[in-house]
Amino acid sequence: MTSRSLPRPVVQQSASEATAGGAAAGHHAHQPRGLLRWVLTTNHKEIGTLYLLFALLMFFIGGTMALVVRAELFQPGMTFILPEFFNQMTTMHGLIMVFGAIMPAFVGLANWMVPVQIGAPDMALPRLNNFSFWLLPVSFTILLSTLFMEGGGPNFGWTFYAPLSTTYAPPSTSFFILAMHLAGISSILGAINIIATILNLRTPNMRLMDMPLFVWTWLITAFLLIAVMPVLAGVITMMLLDINFGTSFFDAAGGGDPVLFQHLFWFFGHPEVYIMILPAFGIVSAIVPTFARKRLFGYASMVYATASIAILSFVVWAHHMFTVGLPLTAQLFFMYSTMLIAVPTGVKVFNWIATLFRGSISFELPMLFSLAFIVQFTIGGLSGVMLAIAPADFQYHDTYFVVAHFHYVLVPGAVFAILAAAYYWLPKWSGVYPNVKLGLTHFWLSVIGVNLTFFPMHFSGLAGMPRRIPDYALQFADFNLLSSIGGFLFGISQLLFVAVVILCIRGKGEKAPAQAWEGAEGLEWTLPSPAPLHTFDTPPEFVPERDSPSRH
Amino acid sequence: MSRDQQLQQQNVARTVRRVLLGLVLMVGFTIALVPLYDVFCEVTGLNGKTASSAQVVGGAPVDTGRRVEVQFVTRNAPGLPWRLDAMEQTVWVHPGEVALARFAFVNVGQELSSGRAVPSVSPSQGARYFRKMECFCFQEQWLEAGERSEMPLVFQIDPDLPEGVNKLTLAYTLYPQGQAIGGYHEQ
Ligand code: HEM
Ligand SMILES: [Cu+2]
Repeated sequence: MTSRSLPRPVVQQSASEATAGGAAAGHHAHQPRGLLRWVLTTNHKEIGTLYLLFALLMFFIGGTMALVVRAELFQPGMTFILPEFFNQMTTMHGLIMVFGAIMPAFVGLANWMVPVQIGAPDMALPRLNNFSFWLLPVSFTILLSTLFMEGGGPNFGWTFYAPLSTTYAPPSTSFFILAMHLAGISSILGAINIIATILNLRTPNMRLMDMPLFVWTWLITAFLLIAVMPVLAGVITMMLLDINFGTSFFDAAGGGDPVLFQHLFWFFGHPEVYIMILPAFGIVSAIVPTFARKRLFGYASMVYATASIAILSFVVWAHHMFTVGLPLTAQLFFMYSTMLIAVPTGVKVFNWIATLFRGSISFELPMLFSLAFIVQFTIGGLSGVMLAIAPADFQYHDTYFVVAHFHYVLVPGAVFAILAAAYYWLPKWSGVYPNVKLGLTHFWLSVIGVNLTFFPMHFSGLAGMPRRIPDYALQFADFNLLSSIGGFLFGISQLLFVAVVILCIRGKGEKAPAQAWEGAEGLEWTLPSPAPLHTFDTPPEFVPERDSPSRH
Repeated sequence: MSRDQQLQQQNVARTVRRVLLGLVLMVGFTIALVPLYDVFCEVTGLNGKTASSAQVVGGAPVDTGRRVEVQFVTRNAPGLPWRLDAMEQTVWVHPGEVALARFAFVNVGQELSSGRAVPSVSPSQGARYFRKMECFCFQEQWLEAGERSEMPLVFQIDPDLPEGVNKLTLAYTLYPQGQAIGGYHEQ
């Protein structure tokens, strides 16, 4: 792409247009209506909404698959579904949650909030933004359709290790690869857009160190995406060549090496797990100060901690591969570098707690989800440090202990942060506060459900239960029973969230003022609630000494 | 105002160009990782691979003060109706000594087919010191239906083999040749 073919920033047009679909509208004689308006929109708020609704849909599709898995594991010795289908369910669940739910949800939040938090009228490349979104429904339609193909869908785990995903893969694997390519391109384009927006469209006087932390964490996340998405694309392209064109990148028969697959995958995969958590750090760093009614403790150290986590995440990938036969020196290196990551992570947790310390805390819904995030994410971080101990990992690897670890960082971690963000910004998006009764029920059922699901997995894992199996020995029965009950409780209580969102969309609830939360700071709260379609057509005033989250 | 916007637009284009450059660099890096990995493994022997063509006999004197146990293991990848057996399971050698081991290939299938034995040494830090003067693993083999063939492996353990290593296992995995792996499901 050359600079000439780039879509023009919408700043030029939006000032004169009071209706939706900024750039698109400029090319049509009349305003597209109804469905077409959503298909063609280039407005960052509408695209943000599309991303968020898409992520919610995928959350339920992926969640249903998880419940199929939990139903099969409810009791030992059952065959509710065939083992072949079980494998497809675990694989699809992981792929959909990672690439279809969590990542698009964060991109949706970035679309909505980054421009308004930096005082920009829109994203820097609005038409590209439309394209990156619409790649996703295409990608996931293809991915889901593989379930109905001959031989079934992907069944090799979300990590799609070769040769399981090449030599032994179902015929639909080429479609899986296509779907992943599309999702990857979507992420890359989204990241380019976010970087271009943050670096160039900030309101005058807002320096980088004046940006809200959500913007900072997304800037760093976007760089991570640019760095590792090409690696993912490379790996799946090599798989495609191995499967269809007789190369042997990962095929030992032709001189290739399956372990190379794991190195490449995790070189992408570990930064990828941070892609799924850094924006969550930004969200929590916005919410905790609001409801503690204090400035965030250690703004600069938060920025540096985020950056060091991102940089370190490139040199720890082999902690997923301790058991492949690494030489001792390599095991030691990856063990210590992994433990090093716990330091900046600890700095963050410390800063949140220090922000709470002596604050005037109140427990509104976003705050509840954020506090739960801090506690539960820390549990996941601690089990991560246990897994980082190479000799111990020989026992934990590929057991439910690993499943417990990454679900703690991803579900009561990342997902709770996304829910916190939704409860926090819904008044701004919809103009009404989320229903408190429904929200509280949702919160408490989620906390109980999520811990009931994942905490027992620590024990079944330590007792030796392997992951990704459709049946298990009798001694694991009690833990699995608890996990299954918890899973259904958590899954079903998410319907309450849907109810909350629907009520907000229909405007049912207490009307929210511009400053929806008493202690909230930031440019988004200077806008009326709900935020009009076009905002900050003229850059807002920003006085660092008065408005910067890093001011003294 | 419009000048500002034009400037902003230019800045956006410049950022995008830079990010795209970074993207291209990462694509190049990914492609480069494959040969880099091979070179890295060749230098360090980390993935247990041995040299893929005949090596000359090393001139270092035989170290009669030390004995190393060399074990041979064979296995079959799916898709090739052959048997491969090591005729000696274990040989004891002095480092520096040139030794011979024989292997028997049998095609138990109904038709002419080709296969290749891929070697791997463990522990992997011994791989670099396992020198092969002659090995069937350097080429692919063809066998008629029912044909049996004995083939030699001539090897030498380099006297520089690290002190702690007293036992080396050489595993041969027999793979079918000339089949696209996508064909697995049709079998
Ligand atoms: C203190 C920080 C962390 C440490 C020390 C850590 C360490 C580890 C280690 C050593 C493993 C490999 C376990 C094994 O397979 O035997 C692992 C797996 C994993 N971690 Fe973490 N982790 C940390 C934080 C996170 C975060 C923040 C996320 C995501 C938001 C995450 C997501 C994952 C995932 C998804 C896996 C499993 C991948 C798979 O095999 O399917 N971890 N972690
Ligand atoms: Cu990792």
